[in-house]
Amino acid sequence: METRTDELPRKSKILQALEDQNTSVSFDDPLENEMILNMGPQHPATHGVLRLLIRLDGETVVGCVPEVGYLHRGYEKLAENCSYHEFIPHTDRLDYLSPLSNNTAYALAVEKLLGIEAPPRATYIRMMITELARISSHLMFLGSLAMDVGALTVWMWSFREREKEYDLFESIAGARFTTSYTRIGGIAQDVSPETIASVKKFVDELPGHIRECEKLLNTNRIFLERTDGIGVITPQQAIDLGLTGPGLRACGIEHDLRKANPYLAYSAMDFDVPVYEGGDALARYYVRMDEMRESVKIVHQILQKMPTGEVHAFKPKKVLPRKERIYTRMEELIHDFMLVNFGVEPPVGEIYSAVEAPKGELGFYIYSHGEGYPWRLKIRSPSFANLQSLPVMMNKCMISDVVAIIASLDPVMGEADK
Amino acid sequence: MNAVVLEKLKSRFANAVLDTNEFRGELTVVVPKERIVDVCRFLKEDPQLQFDLLADVCGIDMYTPTKRFGVIYNLYSLKNKNRIRLKVFTEEEDPKVPTMTGVYGTANWHERETFDMFGIIFEGHPDLRRVYMPEDFEHYPLRKDFPLMGIPGSLSLPKK
Repeated sequence: METRTDELPRKSKILQALEDQNTSVSFDDPLENEMILNMGPQHPATHGVLRLLIRLDGETVVGCVPEVGYLHRGYEKLAENCSYHEFIPHTDRLDYLSPLSNNTAYALAVEKLLGIEAPPRATYIRMMITELARISSHLMFLGSLAMDVGALTVWMWSFREREKEYDLFESIAGARFTTSYTRIGGIAQDVSPETIASVKKFVDELPGHIRECEKLLNTNRIFLERTDGIGVITPQQAIDLGLTGPGLRACGIEHDLRKANPYLAYSAMDFDVPVYEGGDALARYYVRMDEMRESVKIVHQILQKMPTGEVHAFKPKKVLPRKERIYTRMEELIHDFMLVNFGVEPPVGEIYSAVEAPKGELGFYIYSHGEGYPWRLKIRSPSFANLQSLPVMMNKCMISDVVAIIASLDPVMGEADK
Repeated sequence: MNAVVLEKLKSRFANAVLDTNEFRGELTVVVPKERIVDVCRFLKEDPQLQFDLLADVCGIDMYTPTKRFGVIYNLYSLKNKNRIRLKVFTEEEDPKVPTMTGVYGTANWHERETFDMFGIIFEGHPDLRRVYMPEDFEHYPLRKDFPLMGIPGSLSLPKK
């Protein structure tokens, strides 16, 4: 092998050659070279427009740089120019696999800023839709993880269940995907007894379908070998990198905001927080499967304890009045006019409100100047923080494990890119 | 719990607590930017407080003649299950804040995002690149003087 005389290091020579386009680079020994692989942003296994730059030594990943921002729509800038109500539809487009969860998180944040609370029935309905959204998001995770490691049947089966759930969302919110269901101080409309009956039917049948999928996976040698011991992250690394949600619980850390800082009515619910040791892709899969069963448990309790009454708080100047009151009372007409045109005016102050979204801690930081528009609204999206741990998980893994690791982390780029 | 945190913070950093505020049960402490890393390290390593999870870092543009830009750190303690918010301010000219990446690894991307959106430079950051906007973008979109509709021609489009 001849000695290198050129001054450029090897990598920049490759890049230089790529820029020149018409030169061909040749290396003396192909086995000695590291290769840089560009994965994405358009890649089926990246769950959206995630781009990874992977440095390979043979088939082993020695370095990984995730690049985000291909779906950046500037929601935080938009929020500063929307009234608090007008921003609700934008929250659907954050984590588009569980929009109901985002709607609830945002409504809770604004309500905390305003110092109001939704009526009990609205709280229970919000809790029900959040848990249904968690199930729907985890079903998507189940399908995509199984498909990424080669089990197409599970993908079909989990999407069949998701389809039923989207029918439920349609009858609850009127839309399958972009629900925009919560309002500040309540929810858009009450759920009908027929919907409650179909939710009950769905959660009665779901554990059986989850078991069917587990039968295909839990003892499947290919699935186990593709996920067991793959993408390991230690608890210390996970906390340091801000990993939350199922990823953190798969490291053996029992942290769930529903238990730690109960919001809505979770303190009245009896459920467990599934925790697994290992911090690998298999543990993350087990955590999510158990979480779906816990969500089913919670929904059953919600349906039993569902209170009756209003779903809209009666707070003039803070919560939009009901239609029949607007048409019959002068004050309510004025309030409605003011709220729609100038927005609800919270006191001067700042709050951070977080919920346990399917992917992790979804937080809204709002700084209010006392106007109808937030001065600053920051979305703490779990996917953005979770993606930071990808390089740690991918260290020394094989190239074929990359898709399994991304699927086990379950990022949603709509949320990571805001 | 907030009172305990504040008491400990004040006894340890007597002249570093510039301002405190409690709103809706949330404690906000303003510290000088030179001390922010020390304060965070203390809050993380103190055996009683243990704010081990940095939930979020974000910037804010106050649009004031002095102390225009702020950086906000939302810390969470997995042990005590409580939160604290730290705030530092920096001037419009030369907006520089020391990096938190030495204390919390997760600060890496959050600080990149703050740099991308506000142009606040985090001194000592290992990889301070734009995270959302294109590399050659010259403006900082979340600054209040950046128009909502964008600046025409500021985003270079691919050549046909």
